[in-house]
Amino acid sequence: MSSQDPQLLLLFGGVLILLVVASVIGAILKGTAKTSAARVVIDNLNARTKAWWKMSAIFAFTLLAGKKGALALFALLSFLALREYITLIPTRRADHRTLFWTFFIITPLQYGLIGIEWYGLFAILIPAFAFVFIPARIALAGDTEHFLERAAKIQFGLMICAYCLSHAPALLILKIPNYTGHNAVLLLYFVLVDQMSDVLQYVWGKLLGRHKIAPGVSPNKTWEGFVGGVATATLLGALLSWATPFTRWQAAAMSLTITLMGFLGGLVMSAIKRDAGVKDFGVFIEGHGGILDRIDSLCFAAPVFFHLTRYFFVR
Amino acid sequence: MNAKVHPLAWIIAALVRGFSGVQVDWQGSAPECRQRIYFANHSSHLDFLVLWSALPPAVRAKTRPVAAKDYWGSGLRSYLAERVFRAVLVERRAGSKAASEDEARSARFRVIDQLSEALGESDSLIFFPEGTRGSGERVAEFKSGLYHLAKRRPEVELIPAYLENLNRILPKGEVLVVPFLSMLTFGSAIRVEDGESKPEFLSRAHSALCALRRKRDV
Repeated sequence: MSSQDPQLLLLFGGVLILLVVASVIGAILKGTAKTSAARVVIDNLNARTKAWWKMSAIFAFTLLAGKKGALALFALLSFLALREYITLIPTRRADHRTLFWTFFIITPLQYGLIGIEWYGLFAILIPAFAFVFIPARIALAGDTEHFLERAAKIQFGLMICAYCLSHAPALLILKIPNYTGHNAVLLLYFVLVDQMSDVLQYVWGKLLGRHKIAPGVSPNKTWEGFVGGVATATLLGALLSWATPFTRWQAAAMSLTITLMGFLGGLVMSAIKRDAGVKDFGVFIEGHGGILDRIDSLCFAAPVFFHLTRYFFVR
Repeated sequence: MNAKVHPLAWIIAALVRGFSGVQVDWQGSAPECRQRIYFANHSSHLDFLVLWSALPPAVRAKTRPVAAKDYWGSGLRSYLAERVFRAVLVERRAGSKAASEDEARSARFRVIDQLSEALGESDSLIFFPEGTRGSGERVAEFKSGLYHLAKRRPEVELIPAYLENLNRILPKGEVLVVPFLSMLTFGSAIRVEDGESKPEFLSRAHSALCALRRKRDV
């Protein structure tokens, strides 16, 4: 398939250079840290960089393996993210079978539909069918305590972790004129801009961050980090327009959308964590927290980026 | 004493560890090759698997779960329990059908003999002092087995181990599993103090276990 795509290899080459640079900077900073507080921040930074090496390698490997590889990876991410989410919310014994359906039937089916390129059902499976199925299945189980709350929370998790996220690999089935065979590059571009926006917001926040945006929700989000991160990630996205079906300005507008949606995703998922009284969704990725802590921005940006691309560029 | 671990045990343990995403925390004790009785709360058939798989490989090879003969004693379950995990199968409610109080007593002590023998000179046990699986919401009162075993083998460390969320993965009466992240917390060793009565000890062991609970109440 697209495994020989030179643009794919070029983008991954760029990621490799970034990782080397980040590792070198991390090693230099490690030697300069004087206070113990600084050491904690720098150890966390280095743990994050180390995790980025692994995550990038896994993503490169699966993307080069073609559509099946990417679908398997995102399906697994959905599964792990949903597990972290469900663990945090109070479920009852009567929800057991409903949850079995969400994990082992609805989520795999959502990705299977991308595999067979059945767009119509892919778009409505969870918002329409799962939406009526879940409360029905809980009602059949007979336990009415906190009924609406339980049904709503399971549906929300399924929407975020499975439905929204599945729009990222769904980019692979869009038929974009003059871009045939390059869809894997578009998926990589999307993930790169989204995740670089997270990284750059973190970097600018650490360097210049003073004014908190929403201290009650996320103590680490500052205006300086937000503006710096969004601006530089948008610039990066615009400069990478050669890898996309977009012109330079279109790529900038798309990247701005991705970064803003990603920021909102992080904010919403932080609000859920604060409400549940935890700092992270899990400990799956060292230095980052859980899977859901890493992909919250992807979950919010993916459906918007997918539909903007589909509406404006698929004819 | 055969300390070789069945290959299936490694595979099942790896699968269970992956599925349950168990976070293991040692508080006040360390994963060491000492002779111990790990006593844990019980809410799922997965409990002993998760606990066993959370131990370092060298410790696993010398740690045997204690399981109920009435459930684990026949068919495929018996193969899994006895051959794969070297479980010690014991009679539950030993002596409940006995004709006299004396007979019941001696039946119960035969179980303690059996467990003490299973400990041998260097093995450890995984033990569920509630005697049966609960709903996972609260830890039931302990049966007296833990006290008698501790009295019989005072040199063996008693380590409390609190398991969380396994009842959500595979609750009582359910055959299908659902993925949740689980937690396992080991506490510091306790022993029967001089002059401590059975109810005092059992209630202290119960509190030591419940104190390890990490999840806040919702």
